Amino acid sequence: MSNPSQPPTVDLKLYRRPMPFGWWLENGAYFRFIARELTCIFVGAFALLTLDMVRALGQGPEAYAAFAARTGTTAYIAFSLLAFAAVLYHAVTFLRLVPTTVVVRLGGERVPDGAIAGAHFALWAVASLVVAFIVLGG
Amino acid sequence: MAETIKLTVARYRPEEQSEPTFQSYEVPYNKDWVLLDALNHVKNEIDGSLTFRWSCRMGVCGSCGMMVDGVPKLTCAVPLTDYRPSEPVRIEPLQFFPVIRDLVVDITSFLGKLSSVKPWIIRDDVEATEVAEYRQSPAELDEYKQFSMCINCMLCYSACPVVGLESEFTGPAAIALAQRYNLDSRDAGAAERQDVLNEHEGMWGCTFVGECTKVCPKNVDPAGAIQLYKMATATDWMKSMLLPWGAK
Repeated sequence: MSNPSQPPTVDLKLYRRPMPFGWWLENGAYFRFIARELTCIFVGAFALLTLDMVRALGQGPEAYAAFAARTGTTAYIAFSLLAFAAVLYHAVTFLRLVPTTVVVRLGGERVPDGAIAGAHFALWAVASLVVAFIVLGG
Repeated sequence: MAETIKLTVARYRPEEQSEPTFQSYEVPYNKDWVLLDALNHVKNEIDGSLTFRWSCRMGVCGSCGMMVDGVPKLTCAVPLTDYRPSEPVRIEPLQFFPVIRDLVVDITSFLGKLSSVKPWIIRDDVEATEVAEYRQSPAELDEYKQFSMCINCMLCYSACPVVGLESEFTGPAAIALAQRYNLDSRDAGAAERQDVLNEHEGMWGCTFVGECTKVCPKNVDPAGAIQLYKMATATDWMKSMLLPWGAK
């Protein structure tokens, strides 16, 4: 006899849809998310190559000449262009997400998301100009 | 002849099927209807065996969430005129949840996750709350009000691929509700919730896809709540590392 204090139990035959391997291709937003995540690889590669350049510079003119010869190939230039595009995509998508993670209040009012994102883009532009000024012989 | 629209509805009858199939229904293209009205027309006039949840019909109860053309939506809040009568509308149960029957999903796991984050006010002086008044300024209310609008409709879970990939992930609504109470000036339970949420299955499981916020019918912004939670936790950790003598 069933216990009246307990709710009746039912054996449910649940259907669980397996997560398809290509789940990120089914939805444009998921695809953009995966693209953002994958561009991390290029960000990391760009950072390592920059460190390599700094190391070569630190070792003197001969080491830097070897680095320049190593990186002057068509394949390397093509990779650099691809990496640049990926890093640009990563930076833009990253900065657009900043307002979600940062809440700023001025005079009791929350600063609009557009203003926070805009300030970050402006800082990025200023930093890029400073770097360009130094690198291009300021 | 009156204009009609075709609904292509997922059917799962566990006593007959091992996996869902689709069934099409032709319903009037009534410009005053929302999608839920069209489903109720099917239920009342065409096929009484079609099973789905609904209750309030005004976007409050959160019962009638379904996938509509692949997007999680509250069917009581979607005008039929959002869709062209020339193209069928595909209606499926909320994805990433086990299906019980047709458009009804099993929410047991969600309810467990929700209660695990203790979404209620926690205070040390429990007895006093029965008689005392705890005032709150409008500014203090503003801190958490947005996150308190959640109706537990689970659309955010259905939009989040992490929920589909990692079944143990606490998920957007539960974390947003934890944040709602953490930000409440009357609450003192943040440390208790931290034990649950400062885990890989908790806030750190979120990879910031952001779709939970886009589909939320109440503009709760669960993605924002989770990222703010992460920021606060990381900041506290940094403070404890850099200023161990000043840490709380």
